[in-house]
Amino acid sequence: MEFTEDQISRYSRHILLPEVGGKGQKKIAKAKILLVGAGGLGSPAALYLAAAGVGTIGLIDSDVVDLTNLQRQILHHTSDVGRPKVLSGKEKIQGLNPDVQVSMYEERLTAGNALKIISEYDVVIDGVDNFTAKFLINDACFFAGKPLVHGGILRFDGRVTTIVPKQSACYRCVFKTPPPAGLVASCQEAGVIGVLAGIIGTIQATEALKLVLGIGQPLTNRFLDFDARKTQFREIKIKRNPDCALCGAHPTITELFDDGDPFAGCAVRP
Amino acid sequence: MQVKINGKPEEISGGTVLDLLQAKKIEPQMVAVEVNDTVLDKNLLATTSLNEGDRVEFLFYMGGGR
Repeated sequence: MEFTEDQISRYSRHILLPEVGGKGQKKIAKAKILLVGAGGLGSPAALYLAAAGVGTIGLIDSDVVDLTNLQRQILHHTSDVGRPKVLSGKEKIQGLNPDVQVSMYEERLTAGNALKIISEYDVVIDGVDNFTAKFLINDACFFAGKPLVHGGILRFDGRVTTIVPKQSACYRCVFKTPPPAGLVASCQEAGVIGVLAGIIGTIQATEALKLVLGIGQPLTNRFLDFDARKTQFREIKIKRNPDCALCGAHPTITELFDDGDPFAGCAVRP
Repeated sequence: MQVKINGKPEEISGGTVLDLLQAKKIEPQMVAVEVNDTVLDKNLLATTSLNEGDRVEFLFYMGGGR
């Protein structure tokens, strides 16, 4: 695969980096990255990964664009209200960079389809808004052996961590199960400061590119928590849990399932 | 005695991790608790005593993304 002159110009600021170079840019061009959720976190991730020249971006989302999304979901414009997010997303991605192939999945990720879809990709980015899906993505990436960049946002707080199955702590190593539905508030009730999606989603895109390039130190075995009120990052060490039901020594989770109620909500911080 | 809670030094009177959660009015189901970088099984919250200098992290679920 050879780059055209236009592509060499387009990606010149990458190619100039010794850690990337022409070789690294080709890795990016061959990479397949899956965005589960084309919303708050998925939006900045999609745009930066498109700009970076990622070969294939997969978008999974069953929703249509709603007016309330536009405060943070910058992949979608006012004129997209009512249109499928995957379609709106594909147009923006290819408008920014026609080099990028976009695969659209206008559906929810479920225990039934997750492995088949995820197995097509090199890296998965979690941009979903409910715990059932977050646990499902964690489990599916473990079974498929795919690195996952997890993200979460809530009110003024955000969190990112990278999970390399069988090598680093997984989501279930820390949180064994979704929180009980009765304690959970819905995302609509909880609220979120829109820019937080940009901060966390962009860090997720950074992690995905690093994994593709094989450079730097991934955000594994660490939660990176961000407090927008204080503009403060904190790193919390986590480690593989030998008793983890998924990736521990004696796993009890041996196949995918939908853990909890996907409509239960996203927020539990007091 | 002094412990660090989510990175901040705090003076507490001792007791178990569950005592600390109750003093802070945190529902144990809502957090994962790490003591000195290791996640504590929920069954052990009531029997794990805190010691001087322990580093405690209350990790709340953060479920949003859309």
